[in-house]
Amino acid sequence: MTKKTIIEKIWEKHTVVSEPGKPSLLYIDLHMVHEVTSPQAFEGLRLKGRKVRRPDLTFATMDHNVPTLDRYVIKDEIAKKQMDTLSDNCQQFGVRVADLNSPDSGIVHVIGPELGLTQPGKTIVCGDSHTSTHGAFGALAFGIGTSEVEHVLSTQTLWQSKPKTLQVHVKGDLPLGVTAKDIILAIIAKFGVNFGTGSIIEFTGEAIRNMTMEERMTVCNMSIEAGAKAGLISPDETTFEYLKGRQYVPQGEEFEKAVEQWRELATDEGAEYDRTVEIEASEIEPQVTWGTNPSQGIGVNGVVPNPADYNNAADKIAIEQALNYMGLTPSTPITNVEVQHVFIGSCTNSRMSDLRAAAQVAKGRKVAPGVRAMVVPGSQKIKLQAEAEGLDQVFLDAGFEWRESGCSMCLSMNPDFVPEGERCASTSNRNFEGRQGKGARTHLVSPAMAAAAAVAGKFVDVRTFTEATVK
Amino acid sequence: MAGIVVHKGNVAAMNRVNVDTDQIIPKQFLKRIERTGFGQFLFFDWRFHSDGSDNEKFELNQPHNQNASILVANQNFGCGSSREHAPWALQDYGFQVIIAPNFADIFYNNCVKNGILAIQLPEEKVNELLVKADEAVYELTVDLSQQILFDDNGFKAEFTIDPYWKEMLLNGWDEVSLTLNYEEDISNYEKQRAL
Ligand code: SF4
Repeated sequence: MTKKTIIEKIWEKHTVVSEPGKPSLLYIDLHMVHEVTSPQAFEGLRLKGRKVRRPDLTFATMDHNVPTLDRYVIKDEIAKKQMDTLSDNCQQFGVRVADLNSPDSGIVHVIGPELGLTQPGKTIVCGDSHTSTHGAFGALAFGIGTSEVEHVLSTQTLWQSKPKTLQVHVKGDLPLGVTAKDIILAIIAKFGVNFGTGSIIEFTGEAIRNMTMEERMTVCNMSIEAGAKAGLISPDETTFEYLKGRQYVPQGEEFEKAVEQWRELATDEGAEYDRTVEIEASEIEPQVTWGTNPSQGIGVNGVVPNPADYNNAADKIAIEQALNYMGLTPSTPITNVEVQHVFIGSCTNSRMSDLRAAAQVAKGRKVAPGVRAMVVPGSQKIKLQAEAEGLDQVFLDAGFEWRESGCSMCLSMNPDFVPEGERCASTSNRNFEGRQGKGARTHLVSPAMAAAAAVAGKFVDVRTFTEATVK
Repeated sequence: MAGIVVHKGNVAAMNRVNVDTDQIIPKQFLKRIERTGFGQFLFFDWRFHSDGSDNEKFELNQPHNQNASILVANQNFGCGSSREHAPWALQDYGFQVIIAPNFADIFYNNCVKNGILAIQLPEEKVNELLVKADEAVYELTVDLSQQILFDDNGFKAEFTIDPYWKEMLLNGWDEVSLTLNYEEDISNYEKQRAL
């Protein structure tokens, strides 16, 4: 029998039609929907008199526009209309929706796993590029555009050309104080923002195996920042343990049967990938990005690059432009850079372990004067759980704002944003120009590093900042 | 959707790498529930100053680039967010063809589905075009059926495209209608997997 990767196994199992010279028609097991990229798709159905083929395989929520101060006070009329439109569409087409009132609501990529909708071996799509997050469970999960959303709503399938397989092997184990976020930032810094284009990444290696599901989600979440179509991790006991008992997962004996099937999915020993790259976990430091794409990052003890050190004209220009936007002087140690805002949240880092890591740093300390720091849990369930553990109080005592769930300042479609020219340490996934507000300067970091920056008022190495944060 | 066979138009050069969809259409314009009217917001933060006046330095505001319908850009165009508002905005502004050494996957798909021809060319060819269109009006003809593009002064380049996408673009087909022809296959698949 030929040895196969998990990518090939899922692909083959979901191929409905394959004809030579054509993309394959893939069946989609789960379609997640949110308010921003769906209205035009539902409108398309209406115009052509079509219905949603499998409402039972479709699940909607609201996250991007949701205000996090008081989710019921929506001052932005257009945002409100977009959310109302989703409610109406879901009602008209019979799609389940976790709306603002629902205890299940939250960021789409946080609630899928939380509810157990996300499962190994599934094909999962959403009109959102960070759908790769669900790959942490050994699902083939990728972002699609609105036309494809309409296509999946009508047919429950998609035409897809088979991507290449790319193994990212993370050797060794994580050093103390270094997190999953630092690993994925270091991978993108090393290999670039388009090294994954046209490929699906499988993350392998000891460091990945030793990660919790929440950490794996952080890693897979940012696969798209490497340009990959998707990123996934073969399921194992950690995966099954996480899923057991969740709302939409088979229960009891059925669960055991499912686990048996899921076990078969893992990449066969000796299966070949089109390409493999390696990185050594023990050499990774806590990361901070200095530029305007996620590959422009360095270790916290590094200095901002100097364009003069580069020979290639394109590199020089790219660095100059980024430094100019970011308002940074070449060769500045990143620990000299002061921040005015701190954002802990987003589908990358807003789960319980992220909030706990940040709270551990914040506990008994105070946010530096002049810094506005905000914690936005990824879902309403996480919010409640964190409150039950008293984390909200830890944050509030330290001077952080404690909000309701949503995407918030990850892309600032809701009222939360960073003013022009100001600087933010953010646990989100994109430091693009204007992402957190026009002229806003975003530095991507882990939750612990973000909390430490809030307290210090500048970037600090969280490992030396407090013994308490070291595992 | 009308098909594209041959397109002749002016070229605007945008020699930037990693142009992400957050730049092509900033998030504040994603709240609309329509598919049209996004052209006015295309490259908003680059195109306009904070006071709303034109940023004259920005490529698309330069006089020779007015009325351009072909955009030539550099590496990894359209990376980042999956927002289809990006191709909607490009199309609404007037672009029908986009040329780059490579595109982000989701962006590429989104273009095809909207009848925008995204052409991947070798880097040398793209660089040649970036130079030619840099300072003066420059016209190019794109022939999708022949898979070539050329100007009147001897520039010529061939490009490859997946035959499936080519057919769809040439005919302006609605993909959903095409797929609905496979209804039986889909139903059988569902039965077989007991979905
Ligand atoms: S948290 Fe940010 S990246 Fe994640 S879905 Fe929301 S806007 Fe997108």
